[in-house]
Amino acid sequence: MAMEKESNAGTAVTAEAQSGVDYTGKKIGMWLFLFTELLFFGGMFLLYSVFRSQYPAEFHSAAQEENLLLGSVNTTILLTSSFTIAVAIAAIRKGNKIFSLYMQTATIMFGICFLIIKYFEWSAKISKGIYPDSPALLSREKGEILFFSLYYVMTGIHGIHVLIGVIAIAIMFVYTRRGVIGRDNFAKLENTGLYWHFVDIVWIYLFPLFYLIT
Amino acid sequence: MNERTMDNKSPEESSFYHEKGKYSGVLAWLMSTDHKRIGLMYLGALLSFFSVGVTLGVLIRLSLIAPGAILNAQQYNEVFTVHGIIQIFLFIIPGIPVAFGNFFLPIMIGARDVAFPRLNRLTLWLYLAGAAIVMLSLFIKGAPPDTGWTFYAPYSIQTKANVSLAVLGVFVLGFSSIFTGLNFVTTIHRMRAPGMEWFRLPLFVWTLYATGWVQILATPVLAITLVFIVLGRVFGVGFFDPSKGGDPILYEHLFWVYSHPAVYIMVLPAMGIISEIMPTFSRRNIFGYKAIVFSALAIASVGYFVWGHHMFTSGMSDTARIVFSFITFLVAVPSGVKVFNWVATLYKGSIEVDSPLLFALSFIFLFSIGGLTGLIVGSLAPNLHVHGTYFIVAHFHYVMFGGVGFSFLAGLHYWFPKMFGRMFSEKVAKIGWFFFFIGFNVLYFSMFILGYQGMPRRYFEPPPQYHGWSVVSTVGSWLLALGLIIIFSNLISALFKGPKASSNPWGGGTLEWSIPSPPPAENFIEIPVVDSGPYGHGKRE
Repeated sequence: MAMEKESNAGTAVTAEAQSGVDYTGKKIGMWLFLFTELLFFGGMFLLYSVFRSQYPAEFHSAAQEENLLLGSVNTTILLTSSFTIAVAIAAIRKGNKIFSLYMQTATIMFGICFLIIKYFEWSAKISKGIYPDSPALLSREKGEILFFSLYYVMTGIHGIHVLIGVIAIAIMFVYTRRGVIGRDNFAKLENTGLYWHFVDIVWIYLFPLFYLIT
Repeated sequence: MNERTMDNKSPEESSFYHEKGKYSGVLAWLMSTDHKRIGLMYLGALLSFFSVGVTLGVLIRLSLIAPGAILNAQQYNEVFTVHGIIQIFLFIIPGIPVAFGNFFLPIMIGARDVAFPRLNRLTLWLYLAGAAIVMLSLFIKGAPPDTGWTFYAPYSIQTKANVSLAVLGVFVLGFSSIFTGLNFVTTIHRMRAPGMEWFRLPLFVWTLYATGWVQILATPVLAITLVFIVLGRVFGVGFFDPSKGGDPILYEHLFWVYSHPAVYIMVLPAMGIISEIMPTFSRRNIFGYKAIVFSALAIASVGYFVWGHHMFTSGMSDTARIVFSFITFLVAVPSGVKVFNWVATLYKGSIEVDSPLLFALSFIFLFSIGGLTGLIVGSLAPNLHVHGTYFIVAHFHYVMFGGVGFSFLAGLHYWFPKMFGRMFSEKVAKIGWFFFFIGFNVLYFSMFILGYQGMPRRYFEPPPQYHGWSVVSTVGSWLLALGLIIIFSNLISALFKGPKASSNPWGGGTLEWSIPSPPPAENFIEIPVVDSGPYGHGKRE
């Protein structure tokens, strides 16, 4: 802190940066990373929109086979988990370490629940013989083949992101316990939270595209 | 922290080469988070791959004048694919930002390092891992990739060659590129020295900034496209397979959505280097600083919307083709602005024709030819005539090799004394430049003629009527290789035997010339305070 004060004689913006604890810089870095994630998923949403406009009727019929109940439960779970991680960050900013740890644990649990439900959804489909390149799927209409291929690819890659998020929050949990993350140094946790919200937002688009628009 | 570096030490001993860290030997480099060490490791790796790529290129030219004598048809396909993958993904895309950007960006803005030094080290590891995976795809069981560097579907999904592995390697390289861009953009926002306002930034920094944004926003689209290839090969997902409802043209769209902006990832920093060299060697302030800044930003933003011009013959609506063609003409304007500015900087200057300037002037000449032929390719009617011919190959190499390659060498000669603290022989550098420049034009200008006559690209055995110019072109490749050998033996011998370089041998005005050569461990003893623009202040020492 002393160093920061000293170099404040220069430009206020960069003084913080030069001292090595640049909160704003860390946030900028994370937002830029989220932009790349956005465009990564953008490639998939682009395919979805092209194929949907090519085969609207078949997308319509295929979507009716999705399990709306499990999809809705998962949406609720993920939205709640976004709330808990936000509370965890608010708690650490107020110095309430124990409560923050509870909230981080809850977020991890919600993330795992989401993946378990996803697992049951996938296995139900696979047991019906619906998976990419399966004989049962290839005998269907082309639009339906594409719908289910997109379903597996998009929810699969989203699932991997949920898994990465769960691991990241678990690491933050350890950092918080050790005091690496605390009232004055919470950028890591906040950035993890940003990532988690991003994963959540992607799901908010996936849910209607695959389950609701029938 | 500040006093540690220079007290009681000669400049020689306080250089970053002598900095003692936690590790020794090779690990002292691989584990280092010093942007200068990372930049030098990148430079070494890049130039190694570049030499492999050039060798393969010479091999391609040899095979074309005597088909079957050296390579059979399958090997020929593999060699031109690997030539492309190495030169594009391992050399020219990472190229200038990771080598010179890493080394000089923090120094030029008056910082001690980049914003995220450990992330920077991670990009190097990712680059090395990606390169290793790509190399693995050449040597393990099965055949090396034979798809061309573009990995076009459906062939990339059907071929038995090791495409999955090569694509995975490029995916990892993509991460390296994204993190480098992210790091540089954050660094430029946050780490500028006091008084280093946006319009006091050296132009090389501005182009790195624009490039960083393109890396951040374009590379993920390539990543997801490559994931689709792997999913197609491993799980039979048929997004590009018409029998499963997919569309191979979609692959081309997704691929070029990245790969056209990637051209600007390569060429923008190259333009930045030229903008540094022109004012230094004409002893004048740069002409039209702000015009160059805004044209860099314009290129970076308009460059996203021209990818369709790679696909004029693939099947697109006329409306789309006209729009893409029009935007292609638009994106040429800012490049033209830059060329005018560089030439105007020379006007009434006190010009010193040293080797960096020779390479820079060659850049302007070759890049103009590449750019103007790009307009021929970008208009709809001539495009039908020259599409898929050597005209495209020539245009591409004039822009990439004649543009970025020459700029890379210009930067290498310009910053060599600063990076290594040694001077090379000016005379030998000029002789090397001469053979390189002549060889380059013989090699690639013949291809314009061949292409205009209709010689198709990627053919193993060209029709006999093209043999004459083909031989000329191959002879050019030998001259070019000779030039490169002279250039690099000169630099390598200077590393060991060159005389000590002063801190400012060219009289540059930017901050890197205000510190000793090679720079001390944390660049500056005291962070400088900047009170004016970047050019026109240096004195030769």
